[in-house]
Amino acid sequence: MKHKHSNAAVNSSMIRRPIRRWFPLFMGPMVCAFIIGFVYPFCKGIYLSFCKFKVTSDAHFVGLENYRRAFQDASFVHSFWFTALFAVISLVLINVLAFAVAYALTQGIKGSNLYRTVFFMPNLIGGIVLGYIWSMIFDGILSRYGTSILLNTKLGFWGLIILMCWQQIGYMMIIYIAGLQAVPEDMLEAAKIDGASRWQTLWKVTIPNVMPSITICTFLSLTNGFKLFDQNLALTGGQPYTILSDGSSIKTTEMLALNILNTFYGQNANSRGTAQAKAVLFFILVATIGLLQLSANRKKEVQQ
Amino acid sequence: MNKHSLSAEARRKTILSIVLGVICVIYVLPVLTVVINSFKLNTYVKTDTFALPNAESFAGWANFIKGLTFGNYPFLKSAGYSLFITIVSTALILLCTSMAAWYIARVDSKFCRMVYYLCVFSMVVPFQMVMFTLSKTADTLKLNTPWTIPIIYLGFGAGLAIFMFVGFVKSIPLEIEEAAAIDGCGPLRTYFSVVLPMLRPTMISVGILEIMWVWNDYLLPYLVLDRTKYLTIPIHIQYLKGSYGTVDLGATMALILLSIIPVIVFYLLCQKYIIKGVAAGAVKG
Repeated sequence: MKHKHSNAAVNSSMIRRPIRRWFPLFMGPMVCAFIIGFVYPFCKGIYLSFCKFKVTSDAHFVGLENYRRAFQDASFVHSFWFTALFAVISLVLINVLAFAVAYALTQGIKGSNLYRTVFFMPNLIGGIVLGYIWSMIFDGILSRYGTSILLNTKLGFWGLIILMCWQQIGYMMIIYIAGLQAVPEDMLEAAKIDGASRWQTLWKVTIPNVMPSITICTFLSLTNGFKLFDQNLALTGGQPYTILSDGSSIKTTEMLALNILNTFYGQNANSRGTAQAKAVLFFILVATIGLLQLSANRKKEVQQ
Repeated sequence: MNKHSLSAEARRKTILSIVLGVICVIYVLPVLTVVINSFKLNTYVKTDTFALPNAESFAGWANFIKGLTFGNYPFLKSAGYSLFITIVSTALILLCTSMAAWYIARVDSKFCRMVYYLCVFSMVVPFQMVMFTLSKTADTLKLNTPWTIPIIYLGFGAGLAIFMFVGFVKSIPLEIEEAAAIDGCGPLRTYFSVVLPMLRPTMISVGILEIMWVWNDYLLPYLVLDRTKYLTIPIHIQYLKGSYGTVDLGATMALILLSIIPVIVFYLLCQKYIIKGVAAGAVKG
């Protein structure tokens, strides 16, 4: 055993040492691009969130001022609750429907492959294009009732939910199908012999066995909901607007990502510091969900 | 009794199949609506959205011709830039990250581990966090053209690719590379003729994910590219609504149709890989 171990060490150094000489070729391009495209902008972004600036060169330190302003910004708070509500509702709808479709498609019915192909298709269409397709459809329906998706916050909200369901159900369905196909056949057989009804089998055997897929899909749809941008921009663009008592206006269907973009590139260049602070808060929110997912996955692995 | 339950089972399956078939038809309706409306005169798109074009509202190819030529920016130019950026970015990401992943997995030094964890970390960072500073950096370094934006994509998109490649390389037994080294292969040759072929399945998965991301991406090219000179398809379609005054809905639908046809063809051709790649990316990410 000991011999084998030292042998492996010798051999792997046989690989390791020569590769090291090629560091610039193997690692160079990726590390340089990673610094330009991620590390530097990220660090600079954190720093700028504590600064007042119009362009990055005239930044001066103001401490937590930007964060205070972000929390006081009514449009930001509104967009947070709007986004959170959207994320939770879309999470429930997408997962229930995707699971139902995946369950139906794994029953060995005719045409399963064709159906799977169709359900997944909307995923490949980009968010901007999807937004315009649905904006035409909603306009076509709602104009008969003399209204528009741009005139009513509730319509905008449910419009976004419908769009999101249409796009995401196929994606989650694929993950659920993979999970359902991995449910051990003998467990299902045993349940059948023991006289369990179809419903009992679903709840007591199938669902516990696809829990890992459920965890993945739950977190995925939650993050997707919070990060939604393209569809929001193309379908409603934040409309309709409301004027608050203090004269400022809120875009009532504006979600977090769009709110941050509008704060950065809106008419008030002085609010860029605030925008960067909002972006950091947004990052913390999304990253927390991501970390929760990681730890949930870990726990599952330990149990198994 | 047994026969009876069998036929009940068969009937249940038939009903299920029909129900799903109906849902499927509903599912493709939005796309069909685009097709229908791309052949309709502009004024009829809003009033008769769901009617088939008739003698009165049929526009023939006029919408397509108008869509391809109107505005001051030809649509085909945007399509060309989109295609170029997608292909070059994906190729660059696949090559550079797979090489880096092999180095990270095999050398496994402190620096390597740091890069690896930074990459995993970058996967949970939303684009809004870096968009302002990234677009400024890209401007300063003159990376704001379609020819150089793949470098930005490589940097911002490296996370998932590194994560997936490192995971796969670690599952490859070291003995194969050792055998190559004993036979006198240097690292370059070991990588290109031994490791690279084994990476093929992961290459396809990562490639599919990157193609789907870059082709459909709106915000990154919108902020990074010099928009007075270069547009991509999503930016072009977004501009139709914004800057051309009154929107010609018929022409917009024609362009949307033109932009989703290649996507659907690509999907039908590589369906197996796409579904596998997406599942792999989701489960790992």
